[in-house]
Amino acid sequence: MTIDKITLSVIQAGLQQVCDEMDLSFSRAAFSPVISEANDRSDGIYAADNGDLIAQGIGGLPVFVGTMEYSTRELIRLINEGKVDQPEEKDIYIVNDPYLGGTHLMDVRFVKPYFRKGKIFCWLSNTGHWPDIGGSVPGGFSASATAVEQEGLRLPPVKLFKKGKLDNEIYSIICSNIRVADQRIGDVKAQEAALLVGEERLDFLLDKYGDEVVQKSISLLRQTSSNQMKSFIQEIPNGIYKSSAWVDSDGVVNEPLEIKLAITKKNEELEFDFSGSSRPCKGPMNSVLATTLSSVYLAMRHIFPEVPINGGAFIPLKVKRPINTFLDAHYPRPVSGCAAEVSQRIAEAVFIALVEVLPTRVAAAPAGTSGNFALGGFNEKLNSDFVMYQLSGGGYGGNSDHDGLANGCSTIGISKAPPVEIMEQKFPVLYHHYALHEGSGGAGKHRGGFGLDYKLEILCENAQASFVMDHGRYGPQGAMGGMDGQVNIVNVEQSNKVYTPVHLSKEQDIQLTKGDTVHVKTPGGGGYGFPYERNETLVLKDVKEKKYSIKEANELFGVSINENNLEINRKETKLLRQNKKII
Amino acid sequence: MKDDTSIYQNFNVLGIDVGGTFTDLIYVDKENNTIEFAKVPTSPENQAFGVMDAINKAKLKLNHVKLIVHGTTTTTNALLERKLSKTGMITTKGFKDVIELGRRTRPNSYGMHGKFVPIISRDLRFEVNERVDASGDVITVLDEIEVKKTAEELLKLGCESVVIHFLHSYANNNHELRAFEIISDFWPNNYITMGHSLLSENREYERGVTASINASVQPILEKYLRKLENELSIAKYKNELLVMNGNGGTISSRMVVNEAAKTVMSGPASGVIAAAHTGKSSGINNLITYDMGGTSTDVALIIGNQPSVSSDLEVEYGMPVHVPMVDVRTVGAGGGSVAKLNLAGLLEVGPESVGSVPGPICYGLGGTVPTISDANLLLGRLNISKIISDINRVSVDDIKNIFHNKLSKDLFMDEIKTAEAVIKIANTKMAGAIRMVSISLGVDPRDFTLFAFGGAGPLHASSLAKELGIPKVLIPARPGITNALGCVVADLRQDFTKTLNLPIDNLNIQNLHSLFNDQEKKGIELIKKQGLELTNISSSFSIDMQFIGQTHILRIDLPNSYPDLEYLQKSFEKSYLNRFKVKLSEIKANIVNVNTTVQGHKVPFDISLLNNKLDKLLNLNDALLEYRKVYFKDKFLNTPIYSRDRMPFEFEIKGPAIIEQMDTTTLIEPEDRVYGDNLGNMFIEVGDL
Repeated sequence: MTIDKITLSVIQAGLQQVCDEMDLSFSRAAFSPVISEANDRSDGIYAADNGDLIAQGIGGLPVFVGTMEYSTRELIRLINEGKVDQPEEKDIYIVNDPYLGGTHLMDVRFVKPYFRKGKIFCWLSNTGHWPDIGGSVPGGFSASATAVEQEGLRLPPVKLFKKGKLDNEIYSIICSNIRVADQRIGDVKAQEAALLVGEERLDFLLDKYGDEVVQKSISLLRQTSSNQMKSFIQEIPNGIYKSSAWVDSDGVVNEPLEIKLAITKKNEELEFDFSGSSRPCKGPMNSVLATTLSSVYLAMRHIFPEVPINGGAFIPLKVKRPINTFLDAHYPRPVSGCAAEVSQRIAEAVFIALVEVLPTRVAAAPAGTSGNFALGGFNEKLNSDFVMYQLSGGGYGGNSDHDGLANGCSTIGISKAPPVEIMEQKFPVLYHHYALHEGSGGAGKHRGGFGLDYKLEILCENAQASFVMDHGRYGPQGAMGGMDGQVNIVNVEQSNKVYTPVHLSKEQDIQLTKGDTVHVKTPGGGGYGFPYERNETLVLKDVKEKKYSIKEANELFGVSINENNLEINRKETKLLRQNKKII
Repeated sequence: MKDDTSIYQNFNVLGIDVGGTFTDLIYVDKENNTIEFAKVPTSPENQAFGVMDAINKAKLKLNHVKLIVHGTTTTTNALLERKLSKTGMITTKGFKDVIELGRRTRPNSYGMHGKFVPIISRDLRFEVNERVDASGDVITVLDEIEVKKTAEELLKLGCESVVIHFLHSYANNNHELRAFEIISDFWPNNYITMGHSLLSENREYERGVTASINASVQPILEKYLRKLENELSIAKYKNELLVMNGNGGTISSRMVVNEAAKTVMSGPASGVIAAAHTGKSSGINNLITYDMGGTSTDVALIIGNQPSVSSDLEVEYGMPVHVPMVDVRTVGAGGGSVAKLNLAGLLEVGPESVGSVPGPICYGLGGTVPTISDANLLLGRLNISKIISDINRVSVDDIKNIFHNKLSKDLFMDEIKTAEAVIKIANTKMAGAIRMVSISLGVDPRDFTLFAFGGAGPLHASSLAKELGIPKVLIPARPGITNALGCVVADLRQDFTKTLNLPIDNLNIQNLHSLFNDQEKKGIELIKKQGLELTNISSSFSIDMQFIGQTHILRIDLPNSYPDLEYLQKSFEKSYLNRFKVKLSEIKANIVNVNTTVQGHKVPFDISLLNNKLDKLLNLNDALLEYRKVYFKDKFLNTPIYSRDRMPFEFEIKGPAIIEQMDTTTLIEPEDRVYGDNLGNMFIEVGDL
């Protein structure tokens, strides 16, 4: 059978639409704000025989771009090996085991076989971030776990729905092991409903175009995506491109972890080699292979957003399994930091390796941390326990066209942060300020964006604060002559004493009492291009807006500004800039 | 519903809508029972010139006109082009950066590039000592001297408008009110906007940006309206000028400036209002409006004759305007959308567009890339002689050549097949977008009638309907001037929203009832103040609810302003089940917002007036212009071409057919049936569903 290119385009749009509708249904029906508001979820379609990604919703969280393909493959393998029960119509498997193609334990995947005429045509799968999955820390973001058991409940693939019916026994085991379990049913039903919507829309597509045409199109589309990625890769000259990026520490041992990357461009392919990166670590900053792969894929998708997401796009991206490094963790290594933090450092390594050969496509390094500050305790005013998260953004890297964005979302996410007013409504905290982290953007011809600077006061008697952040030791890297952005800074003020976490960006369960404050400044983005090439007027504008001081303008950008009238001293600036050039 | 009956009176009304490309006019002369239309190019620098051009072109004597209703994009353009007036901001100490920091986002899911420029720059944002907490309790008293000094400083810096934006002002607005008082004493104009005044909701970024937009477009809107009023008075117009708001209602030009942000999205709203009115006149309550123009397509939903309204829209990335507005979503596909092959060799259509200059190839203004309009032309669906004039020097063969070189030769298909494919892909894309809009509002498009308008809407409507499983399409009498019609039919409207954020168990029902009564009273007062002759004033009440712990809200329409608690709980559970197919009886509900809408109704407009009855012929065959070869699924068919103006009101035709009129072309596919009603509407019953 031959399929014309038009049918191919139409079926491509049709498959995409199925996934987008699943995404939308999931978010619309989900109970937890982390899914309904923050869109921490993703939906996709996977090949019947090998789990290859067929299509994925455009609104899914970027970090899931490769993980569900991995986990569907593992499920198929386990079924074939007889370790998991054979799929029947209307079954839905649940799985969150990170080593079987996951991220952290909170990301729970549902996988449903999609049957046509009694045979599996493909798999539908989605991931949703549950607000809690048990373990030692409410919410699951441990900064100091040393084994996965401490991180929460680990589910192997089991059928949560059998022939369309929820298995109450499995469900009650889950509920007995997680916090705020009574609200979970809303998310489970939403996650199921999204798969049912996918099924209905897929029926419609297959009825309209015929199973064979769609099947054939799927394999052709895989080819076209692969070709598209290959032709983008052709923009890069053959060669080896190297970079390093550092995670502050693993949260337990206070030493930096290095991600060492060498990308080899040969003909139509890119090979990603992480060998030489740090060894598996004791604390929770290990990454499972699925997350490492996904991080490479999402970084490339940030660089070439035009390529449609299906398994074909990944064919030309060869990732060498980084054995014996913290980027290929095995049981029982703790992994709760991989989805939010390590993934972003991997992406940073990819950006920095490629920015010089793709100078218009790639920007300098972004803040690259989810900025997770968790506060738990008892709220006397509402007479109930609470767990609060303050996720925060940071500056983006400058790029060839403009300055980096301020307070941008994490590289791997698309989630909005909640308003201060809602945080204060729900939790016993009072913000003293919520402001730009002045001076934090890395200097450059196009400077990095600014991070966030917030300080809040604890209003309840007792609370525990935990931090899982990064870039506390080294700032996000500048590119093409630009300087690094400012580092992440955490300070806890307890009765006039200032405490800085030993690991700078990570610590668990700091005991706080009423009146204590938490002060966080998130990283600015890396600068792009030489700072003394920055337009003088723009430097002056930043000074007038107090984003940099007069001193910084002078020292970083070589622009001399008169303190009295805030005008540029042209003569001195010329001199300064000439001198800088010699350095 | 409360009715306040006034005296019914006939009057002559003039509707003028300024769009991106054209300024449209409809004049209804009730005395002589006639109607005039005009379409002139928009004058972007000062829209008043285009307005006066249209009036002159229609040869109107303004001293006979009783009422002018005007839709303008003055504030929209000012905002999108950032030609704003210099505005300062005074905020709570520690929070001046809120409107620059945003909500931790980026413009696109993928791609680490992105720009954002705050409405008010950091050097014009100042902080004062004051603080209120989430319960509305004062923690730090307002420093009144500091307020005065700061405002004086802003004046010195040359600010024309000022925003007062304090944290938690939705819970306690006393500090904002007091600061307003202090500043009003010496501020040289009325351009002072308080954060809580437009929409009292608990999100400091959205509230702050909305207030900033309001303040920074106020002087612009005021200057424009005074210029226009001046022009109108020179032309001897002495009566009221009403302006369209984004909520689909109108307001007196004397009052509109106060809440100028409400006009920012008024353009697309008027079309939707016209659609709702047309649907109501024809007994159709549920419509999906589909307005396809040159560069983009606007989609909106009308449920039970009410356009869907949202207070949650963004004008562009990071630019929320949180005032009640008709929920219109834009899809990047229009007649000028570009067709090209991507790197994998697959055909793509849009979102890139050629705009109006150079425009599609067939316009003959130098366009050299294939577009949707060119594809329609190659398929015989557009009338070549109507588009290509002698001056243009573009022939069908030229278009074919470009299609061949840019698309067909690499697709291994002829130009006609290619053109068909371009249309098919564009339709798939638009249908997908329409589905996403309807799903996000929780409805199934198959339960709706497609209301097609805009220059290109009726050309694509039938195939789109098929793609969506929609059985029927409504083509109004004048698809190209629907927005101007919206001006004529729109009522006066005031919306009020108050955030409560209370678990239903903690709600004092008497408080709720008096809140509704206060909102209603205020609305009636504002409407009466405009001194217009109305048939009646009606009010409607609703509550936004959610389950505790959730963020999505669901609007519950109420039959009156005095519901009891049980009714609220039950209707919420029922709506939730309807929308999300999930029952959550274990979890308690939260009352989020309390809303009241008050409308002052004008005399209903008879849409049959839109037809020039003198042109209408009794016999359908007399309206037949010619036969033309038009391409449908694999072959050219000899297709009758009708003149819509000359067709009788009631008729019936089986497809294929093409119906042409001055402002649009309607395509009837071979399997469809089309008929007209006694109001001048056409309905396509699509076949092969």
